[in-house]
Amino acid sequence: MTLENIASTMDMTVNGAPNAIEADNLTKIYGSGNTEVVAMRDATMHVKQGEVVALLGPSGSGKSTFLTAVGLINPPSSGKITIDGKLVLEGDTPHTNLGSFRRQHIGFIFQKSNLIPFLSAAENIQIAMQLNGESRRAARQRAMELMDYLGVADRADNLPSMLSGGQQQRIAVARALANHPSVILADEPTAALDGQLGRQVMELFAQVAHEQGAGVIVVTHDQRALDVFDTIYEMEDGLMCKQTVNSIQTTR
Amino acid sequence: MNLATKDIRRSLGRFALTAVGIGMLLMVVMGMGGIYRGIVEDATLLIDRVGADLWIVQRDTRGPFAEQSRVPSNLVYRAAAVPGVQSSREFVYHTIQRERDGRPLRMAVLGLSWPTDKGQWLPLTSGRLLRQAHYEMIADETLGLIVGEQIRLGKESYCVVGTTSNMISSGGDGIAFFSVADAQAIQFDVAGESVRLERAARDSRGENFEVAIQQPMMLDNAWRPTSQLPAIGPPQISAVMVTLSPGAEVNQIKETISGWGDVSVFTAEGERELLLTGNVEKVRRQIGLFRALLTLIAAIIMALILYTLTLDKIHSIALLKLIGAPNTVILGMILQQALILGGAGFGIAYLVGGQLFPMFPRRVILSDEDLMQLAVIVVAISVLSSMLGIWKAMKVSPNEALA
Repeated sequence: MTLENIASTMDMTVNGAPNAIEADNLTKIYGSGNTEVVAMRDATMHVKQGEVVALLGPSGSGKSTFLTAVGLINPPSSGKITIDGKLVLEGDTPHTNLGSFRRQHIGFIFQKSNLIPFLSAAENIQIAMQLNGESRRAARQRAMELMDYLGVADRADNLPSMLSGGQQQRIAVARALANHPSVILADEPTAALDGQLGRQVMELFAQVAHEQGAGVIVVTHDQRALDVFDTIYEMEDGLMCKQTVNSIQTTR
Repeated sequence: MNLATKDIRRSLGRFALTAVGIGMLLMVVMGMGGIYRGIVEDATLLIDRVGADLWIVQRDTRGPFAEQSRVPSNLVYRAAAVPGVQSSREFVYHTIQRERDGRPLRMAVLGLSWPTDKGQWLPLTSGRLLRQAHYEMIADETLGLIVGEQIRLGKESYCVVGTTSNMISSGGDGIAFFSVADAQAIQFDVAGESVRLERAARDSRGENFEVAIQQPMMLDNAWRPTSQLPAIGPPQISAVMVTLSPGAEVNQIKETISGWGDVSVFTAEGERELLLTGNVEKVRRQIGLFRALLTLIAAIIMALILYTLTLDKIHSIALLKLIGAPNTVILGMILQQALILGGAGFGIAYLVGGQLFPMFPRRVILSDEDLMQLAVIVVAISVLSSMLGIWKAMKVSPNEALA
């Protein structure tokens, strides 16, 4: 699949759903003068609701820079980011409270599960909802539902240190889904998992994206589960240089 | 969800040890305040209890509690003759150090104006009041003497007939109560050899002067009784305590007595103030400075501990920021931990101090006012010491969660 026929294939994939993410011409420059480093140049990506995107590329290619820019953690030097139809960043100028917007619209999953060590599994999920104004009881109920859905309900009261890597990652996924985000960003979420578990996690993203209508971007090196993605982008030297649409998904 | 308590529960052992450390430090701060209160209480207890309206002391001195004061014994009759004075009593007060069972025994000797004052104002813990003019004493419990015990002071032995509690001098020594005559005998006890030497010296000086040849009685005078030897001198008292008649005008009587050229007069409140602004003031300043220093040290230690606790949580803080936690949530977590640490430390200080302070040689009085003041200080240093941790937490970027 080439750049030219992306648009038509995307429509097939997500049935013309509106864009969840519009990242246009994102450039990130660190330093200045002799020490200037361009980490990302004119990177553009549009992700529709329900679409699962893989972002590939070698180390230092700018994948994480792109992900943190779209995640409103590390604003770009220039370019625009629109999420759910709302322009939130223009260059490094925010058009809204980024912390609050992130809490309400974006779910994060990392290479390491990144759970808060002093909270139990259920509390790690609850905290995301309670920060969003959810009552404790409602947050607990949804956390249990999510854990049940992900098959880790029996570990609700365990601290992260008592869970296996796979269980921790499931809790992280549950936390990312807790606030019904319109965008899920995952940075090498399967790197610490074995092949089979990694694939299960990738399939889970796809399932969640399709069921909840979230736009999902997954930065990955794992070539074995690429068939799970609707679209695949590649970055090299800070450039978003190639995108393909997965034929298996498009015919699904 | 209370993040502060969740984090504490996870590292409860370390937090508990830290709280104990802070508690010990605060206990010392609390104890220093209590020691000061004890000193003030001990110093003023006598003035408050003895119930004198006016104190007549040696001219231009500040009275027996501040410095040496000597007035003639007959001053008590002069004072009693002043209109408006109901009664006057002799007051003899000095500190001695003797040896008992091979160990030093320090006591403040106080003379009671027998027979008008038999010590009826003393809070007896055992035994009885004085029943005779000589050879009986009432001792504070801190002196370690028991009823019936005989103690030799000077040329006489005295029997402990009663014990009392919390009667301590401003120097921290237990007070022993005797009749004025006995107190003077103890104070002015002179060894027989000293008397003999003084007589010989006077005799020798007389022989060398022509006047002694013309007046031979001078040489006879040299061999008179001890009390008539000018070098040894007749017994004097420290002060005279005056009780006024009901309705008498204090200031007017004070003015009358002040007109006498050989004495100074203070009201009980004035004497109390002199005491507090004299010896006790230096103690207050010293303890105050020490307390301030310890409080500062506690604050610095707390700040470093909270900073370390924050450093341990940097990743979690970054993660919280990443999932959109506002700064107030993180600030609240650190501040709550600081307050819990301060509160736990204060509680430990109070509980442990309550057990330890009664074992101290001097009284440690924990007044509600001082405890409240320390509680406010603990809250203040908790808040201040959390600033370093909060500053660090505020600088954490959500990016650090991805590292």
